[in-house]
Amino acid sequence: MAKGKVKRVLLDDIGGKNPVFAQILGICSTLAVTNSLRNTFVMTMGVLFTTALSNLTVSFLRKHIPSRIRMMVETLIIATFVIIVDIVLKAYVPDIWRQLGPYVGLIITNCIIMGRAEAFALSNSPGISLVDGLASGLGYTYVLLIIAFFRELLGSGTIWGVSVFGDWWTNWSIMIMPPGAFFMLALFIWIVRGAILKPEEEKK
Amino acid sequence: MEATVLPVAIFFAAIFTNNILLANYLGMCSFLSVSRELKTSLGLGAAVIFVMATTTLLNWLVYTYLLIPLELEYLRFIVFIVVIAAFVQLVEMIIERVSEGLYAALGIFLPLITVNCAILGVSLFMVIRSYDLLSSFLFGLGSGIGWTLAILAMAGIRQKLNITRVPRGLEGAGITLIITGMMALAFMGFSGMININ
Repeated sequence: MAKGKVKRVLLDDIGGKNPVFAQILGICSTLAVTNSLRNTFVMTMGVLFTTALSNLTVSFLRKHIPSRIRMMVETLIIATFVIIVDIVLKAYVPDIWRQLGPYVGLIITNCIIMGRAEAFALSNSPGISLVDGLASGLGYTYVLLIIAFFRELLGSGTIWGVSVFGDWWTNWSIMIMPPGAFFMLALFIWIVRGAILKPEEEKK
Repeated sequence: MEATVLPVAIFFAAIFTNNILLANYLGMCSFLSVSRELKTSLGLGAAVIFVMATTTLLNWLVYTYLLIPLELEYLRFIVFIVVIAAFVQLVEMIIERVSEGLYAALGIFLPLITVNCAILGVSLFMVIRSYDLLSSFLFGLGSGIGWTLAILAMAGIRQKLNITRVPRGLEGAGITLIITGMMALAFMGFSGMININ
């Protein structure tokens, strides 16, 4: 595979066509798990694993999947990897697994993974598909970690469970509740789209 | 889950205090993309209520009478998503044959629903909270109604938004998320009435 192509895929998925803030995909888990940095990290690793390997698998099988039932096949491939993630998390980090609750299983319906399989893996070779899967996963990961950092900092006064502000700080409990998630994501999208994406479009 | 929570309480909690969209963030993708128009929102909402209530019931039956006796609980993700996809496909075919009008109204929304995370989410919540048959059905029905309520409110607001000026970068998803946040704040006013977590 050409080096230029790898670079373009990486830049697209992490920056300009980022799944979260540019394509607005995978919003459910972006909102749901970002109330603490630790949960977010575990969740994003699960998504990274699933999106990379399901992209690879779909790409290997792309010539054998009948196009009429391709959605079903893709879903089953994704579900298989999600079950692996679920079992591993349950075994090694049971307390985080319990807090994440249904959102681990909901990786299956995360539009990012399905979207990458449909739009990329079905028409590209395995190597570049794996890169694309990893890059999309990373694009998702860093956005979630940024949002989780601010939500946990403002909502609980902690970073990774360690108190940073001390006693004088009053928690903005709204930040770790649902409305805070919506506001924080909206703010993030506003900043990124207003400051970074728009000037690029104007240049073209 | 404690046995003291009445199925009726679960039904109302699913609509108001534990709204599937505003408190559990599920079904955001179709919520953001479809809420532009009141009429399509209503169509999708009706389809979601129907599919959610029925698939929760089906998944409960499959989980209780098939997966638990066979000790295959870890396969629930695959089984649930297959049940949902198969059911949606079946309904689509039946509606197409039986009623032209209903197909025109709901048909295009049905394929969208398979990938709506709220449908799978409700089934997963049902397992985690170990509901019985009646509670599961009412939970599915209530969640569907709650989701429809949220998308209808949003569609109404967005129709007014069309004629207002929105700051650069905030158009589309951004402003929708902010309004959703305000709606979530408003719905938090219901909390304390019933709690099913």
